[in-house]
Amino acid sequence: MAKKLRQAAIYGKGGIGKSTTTQNLVAALAEAGQKVMIVGCDPKADSTRLILHAKAQNSVMELAAQAGSVEDLELEDVLSVGYGGIKCVESGGPEPGVGCAGRGVITAINFLEEEGAYDDELDFVFYDVLGDVVCGGFAMPIRENKAQEIYIVCSGEMMAMYAANNIAKGIVKYANSGSVRLAGLICNSRNTDREDELIEALAAAMGTQMIHFIPRDNVVQHAEIRRMTVIEYDPTAKQADEYRALARKIVDNKKFVIPTPVSMDELEALLMEFGIMDVEDSSIIGKTAAELAADALAA
Amino acid sequence: MAALTREETESLIQEVLEVYPEKAKKDRAKHLMINDKELESSKKCITSNRKSLPGVMTMRGCAYAGSKGVVWGPIKDIISISHGPIGCGQYARAGRRNYYVGTTGVDTFCEINFTSDFQEKDIVFGGDKKLAKLISEIETLFPLSKGISIQSECPIGLIGDDIEAVAKKSALELGKPVVPVRCEGFRGVSQSLGHHIANDSVRDWIISNRDGKPFEKTPYDVAILGDYNIGGDAWASRILLEEMGLRVVAQWSGDGTLAEMENTPNVKLNLLHCYRSMNYISRHMEEKYGIPWMEYNFFGPTKIKESLRKIASYFDDTIKEGAERVIAKYTPAMEEVIAKFKPRLQGKKVMLYVGGLRPRHVVGAYEDLGMEVVGTGYEFAHNDDYDRTIKDMGDTTLIYDDATGHELDEFVKTLKPDLIGSGIKEKYVFHKMGFPFRQMHSWDYSGPYHGYDGFAVFAKDMDLTINNPCWSMIKAPWLQPAETVEAKAA
Repeated sequence: MAKKLRQAAIYGKGGIGKSTTTQNLVAALAEAGQKVMIVGCDPKADSTRLILHAKAQNSVMELAAQAGSVEDLELEDVLSVGYGGIKCVESGGPEPGVGCAGRGVITAINFLEEEGAYDDELDFVFYDVLGDVVCGGFAMPIRENKAQEIYIVCSGEMMAMYAANNIAKGIVKYANSGSVRLAGLICNSRNTDREDELIEALAAAMGTQMIHFIPRDNVVQHAEIRRMTVIEYDPTAKQADEYRALARKIVDNKKFVIPTPVSMDELEALLMEFGIMDVEDSSIIGKTAAELAADALAA
Repeated sequence: MAALTREETESLIQEVLEVYPEKAKKDRAKHLMINDKELESSKKCITSNRKSLPGVMTMRGCAYAGSKGVVWGPIKDIISISHGPIGCGQYARAGRRNYYVGTTGVDTFCEINFTSDFQEKDIVFGGDKKLAKLISEIETLFPLSKGISIQSECPIGLIGDDIEAVAKKSALELGKPVVPVRCEGFRGVSQSLGHHIANDSVRDWIISNRDGKPFEKTPYDVAILGDYNIGGDAWASRILLEEMGLRVVAQWSGDGTLAEMENTPNVKLNLLHCYRSMNYISRHMEEKYGIPWMEYNFFGPTKIKESLRKIASYFDDTIKEGAERVIAKYTPAMEEVIAKFKPRLQGKKVMLYVGGLRPRHVVGAYEDLGMEVVGTGYEFAHNDDYDRTIKDMGDTTLIYDDATGHELDEFVKTLKPDLIGSGIKEKYVFHKMGFPFRQMHSWDYSGPYHGYDGFAVFAKDMDLTINNPCWSMIKAPWLQPAETVEAKAA
């Protein structure tokens, strides 16, 4: 009997560590015997380098441009196999400032589906998506019949939490018309105060869970310099166990929800509660330095 | 004498609006009016140049159609690139019958579709490099082209290609004007914005190219603006101006050239036929070069006579005498045309629904033949067009702006005109309903209709259409008595 393929997408603010987390997670899954594929949905094409030990894999769109069109490509042209039998594909796209990267993601994912990249052998597909969902193209992985479970990587920093909440809003839009669900927040620690409690609280407010708290550890950077995951570079490292724990929780995960994004006021209240943000002083809004100085004198 | 009284027309409008949902009804009501010649301004009784309602069948085009199809396309010695996927260029190719003299593919290019034929990879990676390559290929293959215009299709605006940078660089390399035109189809509510964008690009990249360069002027220099030489219209107009002693320096843009356009700032007077599509550049030349402009109408002998005299009033007696000479010369021939066709057309009712100038300009030509226009409207007019229309139409004439398929059908059923003049999208619907129809955008493969020569063709065409015996033979099978259909089936 064919296994049920699980498709998951990883979103989160730019620079939060999506690609690193995804690749370490996927390596842990592969180590545990799962058959996994990564689809990089980012024109930078850096979603598979730790698995392939490569600078950047040849991307679908790059090869399509060289060959003439995407119809001229074969699956094996774009699919590379790396550590633990992990299949790797990068959608690729234009250099910054030209063309339409979103369309590149759509084209690449359609190509993979048409070419039968998602075969019966696979247990998991992970889409690693560009940080800012700036247009419809970057929402492609969460549309009907693509990823059903979304993980949002975040940290205890204010902007990462804003981004996570915004992504949840996007999920609500597609969840109501399809089967996509929020599967959890992955906290990639930045060592801020009470970070785990804060993300737990945010997750609870959004109706989801913090599926795992990944502590900060320099071994991740040591591995990255060697273009490797921690799992491969130092399987005995304590950090490797963290990724293994995350992998196990994802395999066992049953908590798939339509999220309940919080309002701006609620989010700010949460940030104030945890001391990330100061209580707003409405008397200073819109005042220039000169005006404030004048006010101070008057008082 | 109108077809319907004011009350009847009013109730017809109400009846037609009845099928719309509340919001649509409210919106469409503002676009339908009954003419009143006494009105000073159309503003109070008709709304125009607004977004079409979703769900209705509008006949409008897009900004690209207005720029590439109308203004830029007919300039014969430059190459207009349809920049984007291939459909826009291919389906717009040579459809407007802008006649020109020249050897196509050598020194003239209007009938050829030049396109960057965008593919998926051009969308993803951007099309600027492809555009630069295309321009250099054009230079190699068609060295006699005098310039290039880049007509943006929708995706160019969406992906943010920098066609201005490509144009500037290519213009330096080629030593010829290369004009970027931001006429993406999603801009504006109709082709009208495309005319404006095209005019602005001419203003910014063409009109002052020869400022300060020597030009041998005469006191009688004029330019024809807003004549696209459909079926030879501009030629039939030009000869009259020349016969009265004027020198036509430029034709914009039918059978026109880049050099003519660049020389236009030297003329004494700009003659504007299609106000809607070229009033912008006329106003600009008035502001920048002090050139007055006037609207004229070369449809039908009455209006031609008025226009010739009005044009002559800007010049000295030589030209005024010339105008009278021209009028006297052609009047007998026109009387013959009218004597022949008026008895066959007298009292016939016409409904029009066209574009830039014709819903008002052709009225005089029909009236010369004893016909009456009982309904008229524009696809993409603004209120200044309706201001002009009010004066040209009879009282209680039905006027419709951006009419929908439903509205036209119903108006035709009630007004029962003897002739409908409209576009290709409407043509076959009315043919099937058994109404005589003329395609009044491109003259139904005929023309010219401008000038005295054009009026003879116009009169003959209207007669051929209206008095064609075929109309009485058209009856839809489901409207025929049952026994006839059964007899045929057996």
